Amino acid sequence: MNIGRRIPWTLIVFLAFATIPWMGSRYNVFLAEQIAIDALFAVSLNLLLGSTGLVSFGHVAYFGVGAYICAILMKTYELPFFIAFPAAGVGTALFALVSGFFCVRLIKLYFAMLTLAFSQIVWAIVYKWNDVTGGDQGLPEIPFPNLDWMNSVPFLSDLKVNDQFYLFSLAIIAVALAILHRIVRSPFGRVLTTIRDNPERAAFLGINVRAYQLAAFVVAGTFAGFAGALYGIFSRGVFADYVFWSKSAEVMIMTILGGMDFFWGPPVGALALVWLNQEITDYTEYWPFVLGTILLFLLFVFPGGIVGGLNALWLRVRARSRARA
Amino acid sequence: MAASFLFGQFMGGLTTAMFLFLIASGLSLVFGVMRLVNFAHGSFYMIGAYLAWQAIQWVHPTGAGFWIATLFAACGVGVLGGVVERLFFRSLYGREELYQLLFTYALVLILGDAAKFLWGTGQLSVSTPPVLAGSVVIFGSTQPLYNLFMMVVGPSIAFFGWLVLNKTGVGRMVRAAQMDREMLDALGANVGHIYLGMFVFSSFLAGLSGALVTPIQSIVPGMDVLIIVQAFIVVVIGGLGSFWGTFWGSVIYGQVLSFGILIFPSFSLFSVFALMAVILIVRPWGLFGRPL
Repeated sequence: MNIGRRIPWTLIVFLAFATIPWMGSRYNVFLAEQIAIDALFAVSLNLLLGSTGLVSFGHVAYFGVGAYICAILMKTYELPFFIAFPAAGVGTALFALVSGFFCVRLIKLYFAMLTLAFSQIVWAIVYKWNDVTGGDQGLPEIPFPNLDWMNSVPFLSDLKVNDQFYLFSLAIIAVALAILHRIVRSPFGRVLTTIRDNPERAAFLGINVRAYQLAAFVVAGTFAGFAGALYGIFSRGVFADYVFWSKSAEVMIMTILGGMDFFWGPPVGALALVWLNQEITDYTEYWPFVLGTILLFLLFVFPGGIVGGLNALWLRVRARSRARA
Repeated sequence: MAASFLFGQFMGGLTTAMFLFLIASGLSLVFGVMRLVNFAHGSFYMIGAYLAWQAIQWVHPTGAGFWIATLFAACGVGVLGGVVERLFFRSLYGREELYQLLFTYALVLILGDAAKFLWGTGQLSVSTPPVLAGSVVIFGSTQPLYNLFMMVVGPSIAFFGWLVLNKTGVGRMVRAAQMDREMLDALGANVGHIYLGMFVFSSFLAGLSGALVTPIQSIVPGMDVLIIVQAFIVVVIGGLGSFWGTFWGSVIYGQVLSFGILIFPSFSLFSVFALMAVILIVRPWGLFGRPL
């Protein structure tokens, strides 16, 4: 029998992440939060890339819009987090609806180019609209959400505010990932996979291909916006660099590295990439070179990514043990 | 606002356009023939600039060896492109565009760091070749000779490319490869060689434009990712794969940027990206291209 299925891996990983403020250093918390946010961002991209087969080269636009909306509301308008965060989601969803409406009308490469164009439009706006976005200076010193209620909870009360925010955002990310998991496994998610595998056939079955693609685009954009909103607070500021097109490529690498055929691939990719980054930058400043080499290796040797490779290995071991039995 | 000022603005836009055309034409050619979007084209351009600088240091630091250096850089990048095509791209034709895009992005990362490793992170500059160092006054606005030279080079290359593609046997083969690769293969033509040739020529153009830009722009890390987006805009406006389309696309881009700065100073960047988005929405194959 499959032992792997009986153990609640996701719960174990989540609980392990939740103990980091007590067990690890401040730097560990920093890395863990980075991983968690990147994981959400990459999973949202994978709803397009892996599930629907849409190659978006501008996913960072939605991350950026979410980050800026949340940051502007919290810093400039001093609104509380519980208003700013949902507002970031709604704003990003609207933007994804409008831009996605045009994008899903285009095929393949043109789709990729138009998503790239939209993300550069967002970049050009935040880079130049000094009064609202701070321009090339960005918006530093975004306040933490008010987490005073945590001080009356046992165990949490003696934590520092950034540790409290880490646990808070970890909970949000866990809920978001659970929702996305539910979406991918739902009938809606199955339709998306059908569209990925054979759009003509899906259309023959009476499925409105564009409407489903647009829906996937909006959902993916919204969750990227949530990830961005958390990232802005986590990194204590939002800057135009976050929205530059090369960031879209980075999150794409994360997704492929983990394995885009699996729901938990992108989080594994996020973990691997953040960890590798901090290990390698200790030795050399040429991190992009290493990243590029990893990417080459992935594309030519391991197109399935880490989870895909492990899965293939597991299937082979099982087939062998069956053959022996 | 005098006419001479507007003319100066127009000429500035045209200079930008001619540089972009040189870069974008190679990008467009590779897309048109191989259906490949090459993010690394900007990196080839950057390597061309560094190679030119390097060659000038070897030949004569005062800039006398500029023309030899330019040729050296263009050929060097052409060879680099050929090697990359033989080693990697070959096995990517026909695979999903996601893998092609990501492969070219891996090249961007690797070449960007290789350039930093070899030439450092400081700014490097090349002085204008003595023959073209002066400037002339046209309609009351001062124009550097070098910019005027670029305005001759750009259209010449466009015309030359058009001539080769439309009037020679080689060009006919290239156009055939563009239309139906398998049929050409079946008829006994060596499509692999055609692809290699196109890729080398495209890289040559990237290296050439990188070398030619050095007298008016300093060479810095990061120039690769900045230029590639602009080249994409140009190619999208004109039509992916269309030679004259790329030419007019660059002219439009240059003028929109140049006059956009006058009308909306802080939103000229926005206007060119918006133009790209609008073209993709209304006419995805560009102003001069044909539908896929």
